Amino acid sequence: MKIYVPLDSAAKALGADEVAETIRQEAAQRGLTIELIRNGSRGMIWLEPLVEIDAGEGRKAFGNVTPENVSALLDGTLEGLGAVEDIPFFARQTRLTFARCGIIDPLDLDDYEAHGGLAGLRKALSMTGEEIISQVTDSGLRGRGGAGFPTGIKWNTVLGAAAEQKYIVCNADEGDSGTFADRMIMEGDPFTLIEGMIIAGVGVGATKGYVYLRSEYPDAINIMNKAVNIAQQKGLLGDDVLGSGKAFDMEIRVGAGAYVCGEETSLLNSLEGKRGVVRAKPPLPALEGFLGKPTVVNNVISLATVPVIFEKGAQHYANFGLGRSKGTMPIQIAGNVKHGGLFETAFGMPLGELVNEIAGGTASGRPVKAVQVGGPLGAYMPLSKFDTPFGYEEFDGQGGLIGHAGIVVFDDTTDMLKMARFAMEFCAVESCGKCTPCRIGSVRGVETIDRIERGDSSAIPILTDLCETMKDGSLCALGGFTPFPVMSALTHFPNDFATIKEAAE
Amino acid sequence: MKNLQSAPADNEIGVLIDQHLESEGPMLPILHSIQSAFGYVPEDAVPLIADALNISKAEVHGVISFYHDFREAPAGRHVVKICRAEACQAMGANTLADETLAKLGLDWHGTTINGAVTIEPVYCLGLCACAPAAMVDDKVVGRVDTAKMATLLKEAGA
Repeated sequence: MKIYVPLDSAAKALGADEVAETIRQEAAQRGLTIELIRNGSRGMIWLEPLVEIDAGEGRKAFGNVTPENVSALLDGTLEGLGAVEDIPFFARQTRLTFARCGIIDPLDLDDYEAHGGLAGLRKALSMTGEEIISQVTDSGLRGRGGAGFPTGIKWNTVLGAAAEQKYIVCNADEGDSGTFADRMIMEGDPFTLIEGMIIAGVGVGATKGYVYLRSEYPDAINIMNKAVNIAQQKGLLGDDVLGSGKAFDMEIRVGAGAYVCGEETSLLNSLEGKRGVVRAKPPLPALEGFLGKPTVVNNVISLATVPVIFEKGAQHYANFGLGRSKGTMPIQIAGNVKHGGLFETAFGMPLGELVNEIAGGTASGRPVKAVQVGGPLGAYMPLSKFDTPFGYEEFDGQGGLIGHAGIVVFDDTTDMLKMARFAMEFCAVESCGKCTPCRIGSVRGVETIDRIERGDSSAIPILTDLCETMKDGSLCALGGFTPFPVMSALTHFPNDFATIKEAAE
Repeated sequence: MKNLQSAPADNEIGVLIDQHLESEGPMLPILHSIQSAFGYVPEDAVPLIADALNISKAEVHGVISFYHDFREAPAGRHVVKICRAEACQAMGANTLADETLAKLGLDWHGTTINGAVTIEPVYCLGLCACAPAAMVDDKVVGRVDTAKMATLLKEAGA
């Protein structure tokens, strides 16, 4: 009998380690022979710890297992959920990037290969750099970190740059609130990321890769380090990748708690051992990146999606999606929701359907007030924008952004002025200090919002003006996009900005 | 993480620096190693790092002070991080944080008088679908309410 208990951080945060230990002890006491597998999460976080049992008739799921009901679980008297694939939240997904996550043992390379792993790399190893890049270009893959820049074009720039050393840098500094897709894939299917980085390296002629992984993810750091070691031992990484004669090796580097290091130039400075201050572009990192050498900087999900593109073909991937947003996106549903978790689907699903149907509305049972899409620098979307289809251009057209595809739901008890204030406060705490509108403007922004809260409506145009200055005068998205949450809160929820208090005075 | 009563000796720090000198961009790995060995980055480490990397002491200080993670003095025996980011706020993180700080009589980054617990803010632990979230040293905890927090603090000896 195989028993699967997730090792994903979210499952652990809800007691998965205790459940696994209890299962081990109970099974030993009963003389029951079990194979306990610590898998990744299936993504239905509201059901974690989600335990699956395979007694020879396929995997059957049990949600919210606690140490107390392990006994019933082993007796066969605990009420189950059936097969994970039949749970509506899961059944409605299209899993390409996350196809293996939660199914395999994350650190079992044979299991990985048995589920389609390495097939993409083997194809890529028989191609030229140009062929590899045209596959990526044809797939329509765009940067999943937030900017949505076409991955193939970025790779092509690095391929065309002549240098004795080039680098692949994976941005795993997933600091946006409401996002956890990078963490989940690194914990649940780390070899996918490694495979994607090797393909990138072989494609552009880079022999060294780094994953810049945030320190807030100790479990992901641990699993990625183990996976890299295994890959080195098994000849997947090193001087002769799978016997191809091509070299690629990589290292995991740990960040140090600076949000701004998720911005690619700041990340490169940090990786070099400097203060994580943003660099002006040009030069592009593709030409002068890590240590001044041509560097591909891609998000975890962008790189982890590359293997499936090669495995199933660029056209297969491009057939999903909407307009210029091709393929699938792992959407992370979080905050005040009934059904929170990771939902991978083709681009195009309207925001309202995601919030009301997939997420099942709020956890508190109260009406939804706003949804912040794309992390702390994303706009607060009001109900009136719920028909916006999930896509890069579609959200841009509505004054928002999809970013790294986190959606955070708030109920009607939320004070949007406080959320706007928090956005400015966060910017002040995390600003790298290079651009004055970000460094000083965010501090003045907090003060200005405090004036509005005290009933001073003359501060509203000042706030608007300040946001314009921050937008136009900041090098990176931290100062440049903080106005998104602030202005969307002010524009769509004017009642929270003191007009009522003012009228009462 | 251990806290030594006396400052670590130069040779102890030197060993930690040397093991990263072959790396490209060794600064952060060096600082992490030192902090994980001593619980903070002692002032004595600054000239040693500067010397090893052939940069100025000011540059080393600049890097240490830039990042939230690096401490210039030891923290409490346990560090409890409470997430303040939006997804956790949507599930009551502000109230949880306010109550916790009030109960302990601390501000953010403060340490209890008995030296057991330091409370720090963190902006996202990637546990946004089981908010509010916290982390005690390296152990993650989800759906933290007042009762769960009380248990965590008690276990940590606050």
